[in-house]
Amino acid sequence: MPSRSVQDYLKAIYHFNEMGLPAKTSEIASLIGVSPPSVTEMMKKLEKRGYLQYTPYRGAYLTEEGWSAAEKVMRKHRLLERFLTDILGIDKEKVHEQACELEHSLSDEVEEALCRVLKHPDTCPDDGKMIPPCSKEVSSCLECVEMRRRVRKGRELVPLTALNVGEEGVIAFIRGGRAAVQRLMDMGLTQGTRVKVLASAPFNGPLELMVRGANLAIGRGLARRIFVKAATP
Amino acid sequence: MSQETSSKGEDDKKRRHIRIALAGNANVGKSVIFNQLTGLHQHIGNWPGKTVERAEGTLSYRGYTIDVLDLPGIYSLSTYSIEEVISRQYIAVEKPDVVVNVVDASVLERNLFFTIQLLEIAPRMVIALNQIDMAEKKGIKVNHEKLEKLLGVPVVPTIAPRNVGIEELVEKVIEVYEKDVRPLFTLKCGPEVEARIEKLSALLREIKSPYPPRWMAIKLLEGDEEVEKIVYSEKPELEQVVKALGAEIEEIHGHSVSSVIASERYNLANRIARECTEQLIRKRRGFIEKLEEATVHPVLGYMIMAVVVAALFYGVFRFGDFVTALLESLFDMVKVAYDGWFGTGFLATLIWDGIIEGLIAGITIALPYIIPFYIALSILEDSGYLPRIAFLMDAAMHKIGLHGKGFIPLILGFGCNVPAILGCRIMETDRERLICGFVASLIPCAATSVIVMGLVATYMGTNWAIALYILDFAIILLLGRIAFKAAPGEPVGLIMEMPAYRRPTISVTASKTWFRLQDFIFTAFPIMIAGNFVIQISSLLGLLDVAEKVMSPVIVGWLGLPAATGITLTFGILRKELTLILLASLMGTTNFAAVMTPVQMFVYSTVVMVYIPCIATIAVLIKEFGYKRTLIITLVEIGFAILLGGVLYRILGILF
Repeated sequence: MPSRSVQDYLKAIYHFNEMGLPAKTSEIASLIGVSPPSVTEMMKKLEKRGYLQYTPYRGAYLTEEGWSAAEKVMRKHRLLERFLTDILGIDKEKVHEQACELEHSLSDEVEEALCRVLKHPDTCPDDGKMIPPCSKEVSSCLECVEMRRRVRKGRELVPLTALNVGEEGVIAFIRGGRAAVQRLMDMGLTQGTRVKVLASAPFNGPLELMVRGANLAIGRGLARRIFVKAATP
Repeated sequence: MSQETSSKGEDDKKRRHIRIALAGNANVGKSVIFNQLTGLHQHIGNWPGKTVERAEGTLSYRGYTIDVLDLPGIYSLSTYSIEEVISRQYIAVEKPDVVVNVVDASVLERNLFFTIQLLEIAPRMVIALNQIDMAEKKGIKVNHEKLEKLLGVPVVPTIAPRNVGIEELVEKVIEVYEKDVRPLFTLKCGPEVEARIEKLSALLREIKSPYPPRWMAIKLLEGDEEVEKIVYSEKPELEQVVKALGAEIEEIHGHSVSSVIASERYNLANRIARECTEQLIRKRRGFIEKLEEATVHPVLGYMIMAVVVAALFYGVFRFGDFVTALLESLFDMVKVAYDGWFGTGFLATLIWDGIIEGLIAGITIALPYIIPFYIALSILEDSGYLPRIAFLMDAAMHKIGLHGKGFIPLILGFGCNVPAILGCRIMETDRERLICGFVASLIPCAATSVIVMGLVATYMGTNWAIALYILDFAIILLLGRIAFKAAPGEPVGLIMEMPAYRRPTISVTASKTWFRLQDFIFTAFPIMIAGNFVIQISSLLGLLDVAEKVMSPVIVGWLGLPAATGITLTFGILRKELTLILLASLMGTTNFAAVMTPVQMFVYSTVVMVYIPCIATIAVLIKEFGYKRTLIITLVEIGFAILLGGVLYRILGILF
């Protein structure tokens, strides 16, 4: 479970990414109420932990990991908002702050119970935004599943291993030790490079890629740490 | 450095001698060019203190003597592998007169990434645009004149196997040397990075170093440890400056400096490559491409691999067995003649057993397997099939802490550990070579298998023999894992090129085999002969009886074996077969069941399997990894064998 301040940052970035926008340092700063330099520092930490990918002048996007961590907090936050307005009848203007406090101490069990009691709400009360779906596959909640798919479509970063043979992607970032990353870049896997998966060895073996006109084999463990934006061939 | 014009006579003499270095990516046909240039005038050895092959040769052309050094195939001039460090040090410190950058026309962009880095060190340079025929088959036509103009370095198109362009290349090299043409090329990064590189290189001008300041500035920003050492030992205060500048670049780009600079280099390489290549209309997919696909196919690929590996194994060992048998009977006849000639007195025996026997062991055991192995390895390397095997076996090899390339040496280890350990060179980093060599030395070789068959399988049944093998593989798995954890350095997953298939050339295969063999004989034979000498002389002087007494607490007390096995195990160091042959002669019977219990046989065989690499293996371990590491490997294996044997003796004692 990420620390409270990390959760707050993830939430803030989620807020922008959800609308398909990158989260800019200045905007995050004003949203959380801290100075831009400390935001920058935190962003670096979060990037190191693999929660997000940061492009200068453009802003930050959550990675798969960051997205699910943020989703978890967001979901608690918005369920709490619903609970506070619908059941307790508290004023809409006040629920956001209250939910911000409560979300960090809400256990998964309570979250689930809230969802049941509220009859699987779709949106939160104050701004009508969607409540992120729960992390479980709820078969009774078709809408929930559908929504999950819709939300995910906005975000295309996947590890290289998620591509099928014949598919292509553009490298967004590489996570890993200095030597390995340096080596991958030396072999031509720099940011923005288009790669095509040519073959995949069975039993979790390596991938064969076409990179800059050369065929390369990359071990599965490394390939998992190369994130690409899926591209149409 | 030494280019100042001196007096005429001396100058002429100097001018006739040119030192050139071949540099380039792996699989670009560099060794073929090397071979075309030097023919039989070459020497293969090691870089001092390194497990990296150093191939040198000479060529005479129009009154010039040209020394050619073939640098290892690398993709960058960073510090990822020992090869990279060796190459850049050689280019910057030894300053060859001309660097010939061999470039693969069919993968121009990636090759130019390396060319750009070479240009940053700014030696005199000529580019050999090689494999233009293969590029055209792939539908790529490179305009070499344009490339020459864009890089400001002479470019000579070549097709090395057919000797096309090689003479022109030599002419160009001489011309560049005579006219002292230096490339005027700099990688210009984006303004925000460029400003900081310049600021830093201005501060580096006074540093005494073979590297140009600008190059050092870039390397410092990239976080290069070697350059950091050079610079910070002289000007420690610069560390803060570098850190600050690096942080600024990272702040702007949001990525590490090395990533920013690698991208800049590749962007440039991409631009140049695009400008001077022309995409031809492709023919239908050729046979080569179909073969490339089939050999990595999840089903077909493994079937092809099984056939190739089986053929390789069978070929190497059938040939080896045949020649060994032939040579042994030959030497037996020589021995008879020798005895007839000199008699069997002390001195005659000492000379034969102590000196000649060691030489014979080397010739009959090692050489017959090593020659076909070197040929096979060279063909596997040059054809481009080796990476495919690595690709298919990577997942399985990860279980013992190696990646796919380690499969070939390990498979060969089942025949003989000597070629297996030599084969560990195909691993890239020192760390992986060491783990691979260690694991290979544990693989039960053909001789060990003979002992298991002769003792355990014969007297205890096949199931026990199988059990022993399973036990051995478990040990390999365990020790391999421990080595993986214990070996220094960062483990790196598989990153390798899958080169297009090529026909290996006979001349390259033959000369590689021949010169590698020479190197082997010179380094490994003396160790084998010396080792043999020490043991034989101790035997003649009766020291072995003392040794038997000294060892008996371990052999008899801990392992529960007959005291005589102390001697057989000692001789087993020379060759493992002796542990069985001598046992028979010392015990005075070949019916081992009469003198040993089943438990003793099992324990004995286990100890023989693990306890020590044979003298030939120790010799190659020393050749590849040095005395210290060989000593550690040997001690670990002896210690582990004793521990395991004692434990087995006690466990099996309960069962029987």
